[in-house]
Amino acid sequence: MAQLICQNLTLGYDAKIVLSGLNFSVNKGDFLCIIGENGSGKTTLMKTLLGLIQPLDGTITLGDDLRANEIGYLPQQTFVQRDFPASVEEIVLSGCQGRCGLRPFYAKEEKQRAAHNMARMDITDLKKRCYRELSGGQQQRVLLARALCATQKLLLLDEPVSGLDPKVTLELYHLIEHINRHEGISIIMISHDIAAAVKYASHILYVGKTLFFGTKADYLQSDIAARFAPTEGGEPV
Amino acid sequence: MTALFDTLADYLRYPFVQHALIVGVLISLCSSILGVTLVLKRFSFIGDGLSHVAFGAMAIAAVAGVTNEMLIVLPVTIICAILLLCTGQNARLKGDASIAMLSVSALAIGYLLMNLFPNSGSVSGDVCTTLFGATSILTLTKTDVWLCVTLSIIVILVFVLLYNKIFAITFDESFAKTTGTRVGIYNLILAAIIAVIIVLAMNLVGSLLISALVIFPALSAMRVCRNFKSVTICSACLSVCCSSLGILISILASTPVGSTIVAVDIAAFAVFSLVGRCRSGR
Ligand SMILES: Nc1ncnc2c1ncn2[C@@H]1O[C@H](COP(=O)(O)OP(=O)(O)OP(=O)(O)O)[C@@H](O)[C@H]1O
Ligand SMILES: [Mg+2]
Repeated sequence: MAQLICQNLTLGYDAKIVLSGLNFSVNKGDFLCIIGENGSGKTTLMKTLLGLIQPLDGTITLGDDLRANEIGYLPQQTFVQRDFPASVEEIVLSGCQGRCGLRPFYAKEEKQRAAHNMARMDITDLKKRCYRELSGGQQQRVLLARALCATQKLLLLDEPVSGLDPKVTLELYHLIEHINRHEGISIIMISHDIAAAVKYASHILYVGKTLFFGTKADYLQSDIAARFAPTEGGEPV
Repeated sequence: MTALFDTLADYLRYPFVQHALIVGVLISLCSSILGVTLVLKRFSFIGDGLSHVAFGAMAIAAVAGVTNEMLIVLPVTIICAILLLCTGQNARLKGDASIAMLSVSALAIGYLLMNLFPNSGSVSGDVCTTLFGATSILTLTKTDVWLCVTLSIIVILVFVLLYNKIFAITFDESFAKTTGTRVGIYNLILAAIIAVIIVLAMNLVGSLLISALVIFPALSAMRVCRNFKSVTICSACLSVCCSSLGILISILASTPVGSTIVAVDIAAFAVFSLVGRCRSGR
């Protein structure tokens, strides 16, 4: 059974419909890239998948032993107040909160998990640093480590590389690819980087006036791919 | 100098001074640990708003002739706190507007009631007492002290047990929600204990100065500390020191308790700002 199945999903805010008639599914180990123009409803879709907003119609079914609180997520923008005092370690550890349930304190196992994920993201030496004093790329890694603490199954990433330099972007993509390939964590990633989407994804979901869902090969055959082709400095890649 | 200490030692033998110190320390401890969260959630003014609500409720209790006014004041304040904190981000009225609205309405209605029924209770006698705390902390009864001690211990216990959850929901409420934290319930508990603290603190510094007790230690700690845990601990210690110092000074110099404590808090803030400035300038 698939980990996540969306049937005939309609999303929006209050009465305003943003997207409708959405059908797709994610199996264990898939790498789904969601692409589409600004304002087409990608972030809204992600929030709906996370249960932060209710779908207006249709169903989201979780399967394959995936529970709603086992989804890790990297927000598009984390609005952290300029003066919020929080160390990297505290933030990463807060990703384990879902495992605690009603237990008030973190167990040794959770602390190890946080340490492991910090090592994975190569931020162990930043662990005592204050989050708001880090660079954008470092902050992104901290939030990714937090997301990894929350899940072992499915990771939702909303434009993880926006604002990062090409080198860090590549590193981050490799990290995500590694997590997907070698640890079997399914990935749903929103991205405007079509080249990367085509390179790393196994499936593509295009949202906009027309909808498309299929494997990468299908996508490359479709006419949406032709219209929404990746460009580099204006040149097709 | 020794003469000063002798007088102090003399005073410390009186039970009313001991009571004032115990209550002062406990209340400042509670309000400062919650202050960190409130400041970060942009609810610095909730202390003011709720204390005005408590003031209005006190007036109602006095008019209605209820002898133990806590029976009315505490529930009303808790309900208002919950309404304010739990409407959260998608409320029509933004946090600051709703707090301002609530606080002025409560103040106006309370004062109006006291003027309409001038002979009904003790509160109408001296509005200043309720607003500035006056010297009521030096006239605490044993029951007051016990009530304060019990409620403070409950608040501290709840805070310690929920510490990690409070951090998670303060830092990123959406993320906490997706990991299965029951954000709604914890916000509710938080609102309730905040209301309890505000009502308690009204005895200490009066309703006009509560915000100082809530925000100053947190803001001072945030100048120098860089993570949530150390900010919380630092602000708690600082607040306890400032309040004890303030109470002692006010006894020695016979100044109003509430304003003296706040004055010490302001001085501490200035010192911490300076230290913070020097550190980051390094
Ligand atoms: N909180 C909100 N209330 C009402 N409408 C909203 C809200 N957030 C977004 N919208 C609207 O929903 C539509 C989809 O927004 P969404 O944020 O999902 O776009 P997106 O695909 O993520 O865009 P981007 O690529 O810029 O991130 C937009 O038209 C936006 O105006
Ligand atoms: Mg978006």
